[in-house]
Amino acid sequence: MKAAVKRLVSMIPVLIGVMLLTFIMLRVVPGDPVSIMLGEHYSQAKIDRLTRAMNLDKPMWEQFVSYMLGAFRGDLGVSYMMNKPVTGLIAEAFPQTFRLALMAAAIAWAVGLIAGITAAVKQNKLPDHLFMGFSLAGVSVPIFMSALFLQYFFSYRLKILPLTSDGSAASLILPAIALGWNSAGSVARMTRSSLIETLQADYIDTARAKGLLRPAVIFGHALKNALLPVVTMMALQISSLMSGAVITESVFSVPGIGRLATQAIQNRDMPLLQGTILFTTILVILGNLAADLLYSVIDPRIGDE
Amino acid sequence: MDSPNILEIKDLHTSFFTDSGVVKAVNGVSLNVPRGKITGLVGESGCGKSMTAKSVMGLVRNPGRIESGSILLDGKELVGLPEKELRKLCGDEVSMIFQEPMTSLNPVIRVGRQVEEALRIHGGISSHAEARKMVVEMFQKVGIPEPEERYSAYPHELSGGLRQRVMIAMAMIRNPKLLIADEPTTALDVTVEAQILRLMKQLCEEQGMSVLIITHNMGVVAEICDEVYVMYAGRIVEKASVFSLFDNTAHPYTQGLLASIPGLYDNPEYLHTISGVVPNLKRLPSGCAFHPRCEKAFGRCSEEQPGLYPVEEGHLCSCFLSERQ
Repeated sequence: MKAAVKRLVSMIPVLIGVMLLTFIMLRVVPGDPVSIMLGEHYSQAKIDRLTRAMNLDKPMWEQFVSYMLGAFRGDLGVSYMMNKPVTGLIAEAFPQTFRLALMAAAIAWAVGLIAGITAAVKQNKLPDHLFMGFSLAGVSVPIFMSALFLQYFFSYRLKILPLTSDGSAASLILPAIALGWNSAGSVARMTRSSLIETLQADYIDTARAKGLLRPAVIFGHALKNALLPVVTMMALQISSLMSGAVITESVFSVPGIGRLATQAIQNRDMPLLQGTILFTTILVILGNLAADLLYSVIDPRIGDE
Repeated sequence: MDSPNILEIKDLHTSFFTDSGVVKAVNGVSLNVPRGKITGLVGESGCGKSMTAKSVMGLVRNPGRIESGSILLDGKELVGLPEKELRKLCGDEVSMIFQEPMTSLNPVIRVGRQVEEALRIHGGISSHAEARKMVVEMFQKVGIPEPEERYSAYPHELSGGLRQRVMIAMAMIRNPKLLIADEPTTALDVTVEAQILRLMKQLCEEQGMSVLIITHNMGVVAEICDEVYVMYAGRIVEKASVFSLFDNTAHPYTQGLLASIPGLYDNPEYLHTISGVVPNLKRLPSGCAFHPRCEKAFGRCSEEQPGLYPVEEGHLCSCFLSERQ
């Protein structure tokens, strides 16, 4: 518990670092938000007025400090493009991304675990080769490819699932598969190798010498040990799910955080982009924290230190 | 009808079929463990003594398997027994203690539960409370201090000696007829070793259990064994009572082993060794497997495999020198 609080406090410098980094990077890239907002035919006076209104004439450090202070109060500024508070936009979009990521994670982890365990138990037999083939495809095919493939096959050819998102649960199935396939592949591969390694351990001989049959050995003794690294990886996958969501949401038009970020980039909407990056960072840090805490729950050797 | 032996192994062959050749880990071993006695199986690392034990417990892993031979446990044939039947016997009629107490216990399960599992899978006890009580009693018996608290300890919270006591408790809780101990004290320091050996001997006497102890340590043999088998390159080279083995050592390999124990008054500058290395089990030497390292080897040793010749009553030796006597 104490460790969790410590970790939460150590989040603060990380967040400030991330804010600073995105702040600088967004100002280094070419493209001026004011001229993009106004288009080409506006007078210098109008440009100056807007620049002042958006506080872009102030020194960089002042802009940053006021942004940071605002951020800690929950005020992430106002989106240039939509003229609405960024916090509100994120709050509106997050449930969409959350639903998508949750479905993707559920698919990825369930399928990945089952495939990994089956492959390990049937090592070098047909199920192993089959599952590992699918996993390899999941790990190596980029999301936009698998997304297009799924759309073509299931929506265009078979017409059983909607092409793009309309808010219904059914319309989230394809995006969730596209997003989760990659994670499922990594989970399956890691579960397989970890379980195979665990089954070589001395305590597996002890369990068998005790009189346990293979299923009891695998599920009662090997799996808990084998899943230690897998659980960590699963929690860390929250970050790859979030970054994958950017692409998936764009392909399937899901109005989530990812699409918000893409739009913000296209429009040089700095407050919105900073907001989405900051928010995603928080999610990733929380994911890592969850991984550590979970690890100490299933591995008694960790909690003691 | 009852045989005087709890365990009878006859002409056991266990081999590993690797890509680079067949490894004959156990190459025609025959041995008997008499009831109520402690029998030792001695030899260098890699001579096949652990594989002999694992063959009994059905723990030989791929690509290894028992090729031929017979293992009779209390008259029941174990070779070819279906896995389900074999597992019913393991942990119940025959138990095993392993070499490494550090890695032989599951690190994420409380030790009490691991022992309790051995008790409960063989039926009879259904309530957790009853099983727990028996585990705590067993912990007490094997000399684990504060057995109640230790029940819910994890392996990493215990010392090596305590872990080995947990292993012994696990092996003994169903009161098996035969205990196989594979180098039970090798990983422990000497004072703990003496305690564990004494404990095993005492439990064996109290419960009338038979023990097959595997070791490379002649000191352990002298301390607790009644009968001894010496193994070299997958074969038994000498079999004797412990007294006969030390007083009337017949096989040159056993003589070498005994001479290699440094004595208190020996010249500390000089340590006796057996020259050469254990042969590659994929390419065993012709004739007697020990002849390339044997100081007394002569022509016939490289041509013919010696049989087991009697040295004296109950003392057998696989050396042509013993045949002449």
